[in-house]
Amino acid sequence: MDAFAPLQGAIGGAMIGLAAAILLLVFGRIAGISGILGGVLPPRSSETGWRAAFVAGLIAGPLIVASATGNLLTVELQSPVWVLIPAGLMIGFGTRLGSGCTSGHGVCGLARLSRRSIFATATFFAVALATVYVTRHLAGG
Amino acid sequence: MRTLICFLIGALFGTGLAISGMMNPAKVISFLDLAGDWDPTLAVVMAAALAVSAVGYKVKKGRARPLLAEFFQVPSAGIVDARLIAGSALFGLGWGIAGFCPGPAIAALSTGRWDVAVFVVSMVAGMAAFSLMPRAK
Repeated sequence: MDAFAPLQGAIGGAMIGLAAAILLLVFGRIAGISGILGGVLPPRSSETGWRAAFVAGLIAGPLIVASATGNLLTVELQSPVWVLIPAGLMIGFGTRLGSGCTSGHGVCGLARLSRRSIFATATFFAVALATVYVTRHLAGG
Repeated sequence: MRTLICFLIGALFGTGLAISGMMNPAKVISFLDLAGDWDPTLAVVMAAALAVSAVGYKVKKGRARPLLAEFFQVPSAGIVDARLIAGSALFGLGWGIAGFCPGPAIAALSTGRWDVAVFVVSMVAGMAAFSLMPRAK
């Protein structure tokens, strides 16, 4: 794994922010990935198409990076699949119940200083930090 | 037209996730692991993303409607309720375990890995389970 990479972080982060700003100014939408992905699920509506296209773009973007730089993209999973499944279920259910994730609350919500998003972001960061502390330092794993 | 532009916006978002390293759960976990070998990259990504998107929200204030849509669909200021906090806590728990949140997980499908696909299917199943709940909207 690479160490602290502020330049890549700043460039990549600016691209994420730019994508969110364009989606807002062109289509008036929040770039919340959990909401967009949840909106691809049935029933179909007039909103399904753009969301599916956005999701397809999310997958295509990294492929462009990979072919342009000749680098295979690094994805190092941190848990076995039997742990990933319940984690995925929690994330899917939790982001719908809490109306957002890292992008919708964390980027778009904080950018417009939404009170709900500030509370949501503080909550998921606090719980994630505590979870990592427990799994990495207390549970002996 | 709308479909193509949204695809390109998604691609820009996904490219940002890949370049920033946030597609890699190991990098996310090493940010969340304050007591370990801490890697602050995620904070830089968030700060840069926030700075740029905040400009977008500032520009929006001077406009009556988006370029290619009838109106802005931005949630109005609501109350902080138990549902918001419980959902965010559940998400934080899963995020801390997997190191994946929805955007990076979808972007990581680009690697073609079956275990990433299993994760994304579980995530979608969690969303579907929520939408099947009686009071879900």
